[in-house]
Amino acid sequence: MNQDIFVAVEHLRGKVSDISYIMLAAAHDLAQNTGGKVVALLLGLNAQQLAGNLNADQVLYADHSLLTDFNPEAYQRTLIGIIDEYKPRAVLFGHTSIGTDTVGCISAQLGLPLVSSVRTIEANNKLISQICGGKIMAECNLPEPIALITLVPGGYKPEQGQSTQSPPVTAIPVQVLDGLRILLNKYIEPETSDVDISKEPLLIAVGRGIQNQDNISLAEELAQAIGGVVCASRPVVDQGWLPTSRLVGKSGSTVKPKVYLAIGISGAPEHVEAITGSDVIIAINTDSAAPIFNIAKYGTTADLFDLVPALTEKIKNIKG
Amino acid sequence: MNIIVPVKLVPDLVEELSIDASGTALDTAWLRMIINEFDDHAIEQAILLKEKTGAQVTVLSMNIEGVDDLLFAAAARGADRLIKLNGDFVNASNNHALARAMATLIQDLKPDLILTGVQAHNDLDGSIGPRISNYLGMPYVGYISGVNISDDKVIVRKEYPGGLIGEMQVSLPALLGIQAAEQPPRYVAISKVRQMMKTMSIEELDLATLDSMGAPVVNRMFQPETTERATMLSENAEDAANQLVNIFKELGVL
Ligand SMILES: Cc1cc2nc3c(=O)[nH]c(=O)nc-3n(C[C@H](O)[C@H](O)[C@H](O)COP(=O)(O)OP(=O)(O)OC[C@H]3O[C@@H](n4cnc5c(N)ncnc54)[C@H](O)[C@@H]3O)c2cc1C
Ligand SMILES: Nc1ncnc2c1ncn2[C@@H]1O[C@H](COP(=O)(O)O)[C@@H](O)[C@H]1O
Repeated sequence: MNQDIFVAVEHLRGKVSDISYIMLAAAHDLAQNTGGKVVALLLGLNAQQLAGNLNADQVLYADHSLLTDFNPEAYQRTLIGIIDEYKPRAVLFGHTSIGTDTVGCISAQLGLPLVSSVRTIEANNKLISQICGGKIMAECNLPEPIALITLVPGGYKPEQGQSTQSPPVTAIPVQVLDGLRILLNKYIEPETSDVDISKEPLLIAVGRGIQNQDNISLAEELAQAIGGVVCASRPVVDQGWLPTSRLVGKSGSTVKPKVYLAIGISGAPEHVEAITGSDVIIAINTDSAAPIFNIAKYGTTADLFDLVPALTEKIKNIKG
Repeated sequence: MNIIVPVKLVPDLVEELSIDASGTALDTAWLRMIINEFDDHAIEQAILLKEKTGAQVTVLSMNIEGVDDLLFAAAARGADRLIKLNGDFVNASNNHALARAMATLIQDLKPDLILTGVQAHNDLDGSIGPRISNYLGMPYVGYISGVNISDDKVIVRKEYPGGLIGEMQVSLPALLGIQAAEQPPRYVAISKVRQMMKTMSIEELDLATLDSMGAPVVNRMFQPETTERATMLSENAEDAANQLVNIFKELGVL
């Protein structure tokens, strides 16, 4: 058993994901309290160069052809071997498509405690998790003996986990990885579309509060009047009311407009993480406790079905 | 093909959430429970597979208030078998123990494919799906938004950020964490649900006693403290519209 904090680095198609740097930043907070080192775990094929700007005291690198792309089973087996051998104080994973696919099985296999959706680390290594769609925070202690943690973005900036000095990289042997029951066939690129919402300066975003497909026209009319583009939260896209190219959030695009007008969107963490780069967020939501008001600059609890048409009218009048 | 869908009732987030006197848990007195939205998609995906390949679909959920309505609604959509699990869900909140107990029961149902929701928003240790898969010796993949059965394996669409999809093949039996079904969950008329109440029966199974060892212990729960909450405009639509026009002008977008 040692006091080191390990970080399971995530990368996708040759690029280290921001969540990896965020985890490194959080790991430094933890390590300061435990007195251990921050160790990055990098899995890949000929991927050493990805270690270059990791803000870590050391990198353990596992190289294998079956680790070229993310594979839940190959990652689990490799990381189980590493955790079992080194017995660090904690291991951080992203609360992501890669991290959550990996950590649950490790927790079950090694019988280790897991704390998920952690956003910040506070004094004395108190872990603060964000649950219930961002409406509730829960605090717990760093569990014994080896804490598995999934981290959500929002508490640290990626730059805090980056360094201009390359950390020392140690290659480590990889377990036997034959007999995998999961194989990656191919990647399917995102649909292309007429607009790229990540580059638009004025976004009119609609959420489940819009209720049905017909009502989407309310947002479209407003967007047309003011000269903006309509985008949406996940439920709207899952219902097929708008195409995936308009999806904002963890599984869609990250946006950074001058103005983001959120209409009938609660502000769940998976949505919010992709809009915090906006200059000004304005929220229309009848629930005064909606988390969107925690990041918006302006807000109103007026009913969208009254407010949006009124607003469109006024803008049309001004523009003539 | 035997498909099992474990479904969880979770607090409706549109309602006000408050914290109980202990300061460490949600006040359940006023909570309105609804189906976890990803589980709704998992049921839909299972029914779509049944329509394509002729599978038998079993939906199971914990026996708490609201479970019968949930299960009959699933039957109205096409589920063949309904099971509720009896157990002490109020005091248990340990996904290690819960997953182990559920795995034992699910094993007896001889599953070829288990579809859970990708996550539920109200627990701290999460990962029920991956844990059950581990106890049953099955592979697990999550963030799935499309499943096709092809002989002894499934071809799945796994979501990565930015709309990228990884197409993976997973040998059966397997457990998948569903993010979205290929089609939005279908709507069923209340009359059809009522009909199910008359014709379908719900089986009951007892879960093993859950011990609370190994679960993270919550010191306190609280509403997010923010330093910069939004400046609130009028709640009157007409006035708020005028204020927004001025704000848009100030920001130079109008
Ligand atoms: C792995 C994963 C990935 C995800 N990825 C994404 C993603 O990329 N993007 C995303 O958006 N979500 C994503 N989600 C889903 C996310 O957790 C939330 O479920 C989702 O963002 C909620 O969307 P919403 O705010 O539109 O709906 P809700 O949370 O249902 O909110 C609707 C809001 O509308 C308000 N409202 C209702 N009626 C009115 C009215 N008349 N006037 C004004 N306001 C009204 C309500 O008060 C409520 O706050 C993901 C979830 C998971 C687990
Ligand atoms: N108590 C439960 N009863 C039935 N299914 C559950 C339960 N807890 C979790 N699940 C299933 O596991 C999924 C993921 O939940 P979790 O791992 O708790 O985030 C849910 O969407 C359900 O499909």
